[in-house]
Amino acid sequence: MATYTLRRIVQVIPLLLLISVVIYALTALQPGDPVDQLIFGNPRITPEDIARLREAYGVDRAWYLKYWDWLLRAFRGEFGYSRDFGIPVTDYIFNQRLPNTLLLTIPALIISTLIAIPLGIFSAIRQYSFMDYVLSFLTFVIFSAPSFWIGVMAMYFFAVYLPQVTGNSLSLPPGGLGSPGIDPEAGLLPFWLDRLKYLLLPLSILMLREIAVTTRYMRASFLEVINQDFVRTARAKGLPNNKVLYKHALRNSLIPIVTILGLAIPGLFGGAVITETVFSWPGMGRALLDSLVSKDFNVVMFCLMLLSVLTVLFQLITDLLYAVVDPRIRYS
Amino acid sequence: MTTATAAPTVKSASTFQLAMRRLRRHKAAMISLAFIALVILMAIFAPQIAPHDPNAQDLAGIYAPPSASHPLGQDELGRDLLSRVIYGSRVSLAVGFAVAIISVLLGTLMGLLAGFIGGWVDTVISRFIEFMFSIPVLPLQLVISGLIASSDAPFVVGLRDNLGASSSVFIIITVFSVFGWMGTARLVRGEVLKLKNLEYVDAARALGASNNRVMWRHLVPNLLGILIVSATVDVAGAILGEAALSFLGFGIQPPVSTWGNMLSNAQEVVLSYPWIPFYPGLAILLTVLAFNFLGDGLRDAFDPKARR
Repeated sequence: MATYTLRRIVQVIPLLLLISVVIYALTALQPGDPVDQLIFGNPRITPEDIARLREAYGVDRAWYLKYWDWLLRAFRGEFGYSRDFGIPVTDYIFNQRLPNTLLLTIPALIISTLIAIPLGIFSAIRQYSFMDYVLSFLTFVIFSAPSFWIGVMAMYFFAVYLPQVTGNSLSLPPGGLGSPGIDPEAGLLPFWLDRLKYLLLPLSILMLREIAVTTRYMRASFLEVINQDFVRTARAKGLPNNKVLYKHALRNSLIPIVTILGLAIPGLFGGAVITETVFSWPGMGRALLDSLVSKDFNVVMFCLMLLSVLTVLFQLITDLLYAVVDPRIRYS
Repeated sequence: MTTATAAPTVKSASTFQLAMRRLRRHKAAMISLAFIALVILMAIFAPQIAPHDPNAQDLAGIYAPPSASHPLGQDELGRDLLSRVIYGSRVSLAVGFAVAIISVLLGTLMGLLAGFIGGWVDTVISRFIEFMFSIPVLPLQLVISGLIASSDAPFVVGLRDNLGASSSVFIIITVFSVFGWMGTARLVRGEVLKLKNLEYVDAARALGASNNRVMWRHLVPNLLGILIVSATVDVAGAILGEAALSFLGFGIQPPVSTWGNMLSNAQEVVLSYPWIPFYPGLAILLTVLAFNFLGDGLRDAFDPKARR
């Protein structure tokens, strides 16, 4: 296990370097550089000033030279300043944005898995039953609807329609992080209850797709396992049906699900960009979108890199978990 | 005395014909196919069907709710939503089909190269596919579509000068094709690895068939089933992808109307004018659902053993 772990970790490093080269090139090739933004709307600037500024910032060098500088500074933990906010990019993202995105994505991954596993098993045990068809149809609908559209329509339903019908007794906020004026120092319980109210809609929308995907895979995996020889043997021994299903079959059918969770991570972060936009949730996805529009390239670069590191890291963890639950992997 | 009876000439059905026969029994897939045909007809005859000019602004009808002359209501410029949904099907379908065709062609080529040639070619392609699957795709699509849209490369400038806002359609098709071929490539590679060791390939080789001939005459026809399924599902994916990118403001630019960019300010208008985002979204949902059901039916039809 130790050698396997080490080998996987060593493989991650060139992958991350490759990703950083690609996204640096994509970011650096965008038109409009920091100097253009700096001199924009300044009538007294002379061509000599512009030349001096371009020289000082080194904006006219080839992108790979700039990348090398970026990489050296990145190893020291320096990612530059956000032009829009005037603070170090790391402070902006780590203190203000990343916690909100993780508050959305980590519960989404955990809760959707906990919902999808029983649903998948249920569908598999009652294969071709009415409920199996209903669940199957629902997963198709979720795959086929734009998630932001479901989000927007749910926003209308919970923030406008429901309060109208119930006389304001039932409603959810249409977006944002929390009610103004609620301070964690005044009391943690009211603060988190309020946060939960704001979290409910974006979290549900982000989870929908994950629930649908994992339910499909869980159903397929469970079906495959209960048709295998060792399950027949367990039945032949005279074990009660429940014990066969929930002890012997369940454990084995969960193994491929670990991989599915690893593959879900990039989609989850992509989904976060959309969900954060729909519900004005000030997370990293929203920060990336805003910085792309305003050409705040240090933020763009840092967000893309951080998303890639998180994606690769989560996938590494699921790979290692996979090796833990399935010993065959380690030796191949 | 025996009379020689002529052997009855039974024309055996091809795999493709058998699959189509099975597809005809798949109810959901047939309903979906009919629905898709309707949407295609709607796209072709948009000028005849649409009650209004999709770009005609009506200052008296800004944000007007559904009425007799505007059954789906009017948007923030007073444009007729029904006509925009009808015209929107043109670009949405065109993007869907173009992306599906390009990514299936690219995927087939990569999958064939990896599976058939093997060796270091396989290693490079397979590693590259793994790389593409392990990066956050949507953020990169945003960056790339932004990059191409504002690029001053001669080709892009030419595109912009000649086509104006429609150039964004080509940008979107490019971006989704670049990220869309890996699934097909993986499927084709797996299938080729399986097929190339079968006896009939050995037989073809024994008869002196070249690599090229084996690849194009003996392998590709057997891949047709999975390619059709891939393409169908890719259409669905591209329509959804265009919608997401347009919603975020990096997709197809107005005044071209697509189902996706009709939703671009959805979260701002929905609280006061819910009908404006409702119908374009419903059009996407139904069309994508139809393509997904058709894909599912085709998968069962081409591979009856793998009934899930």
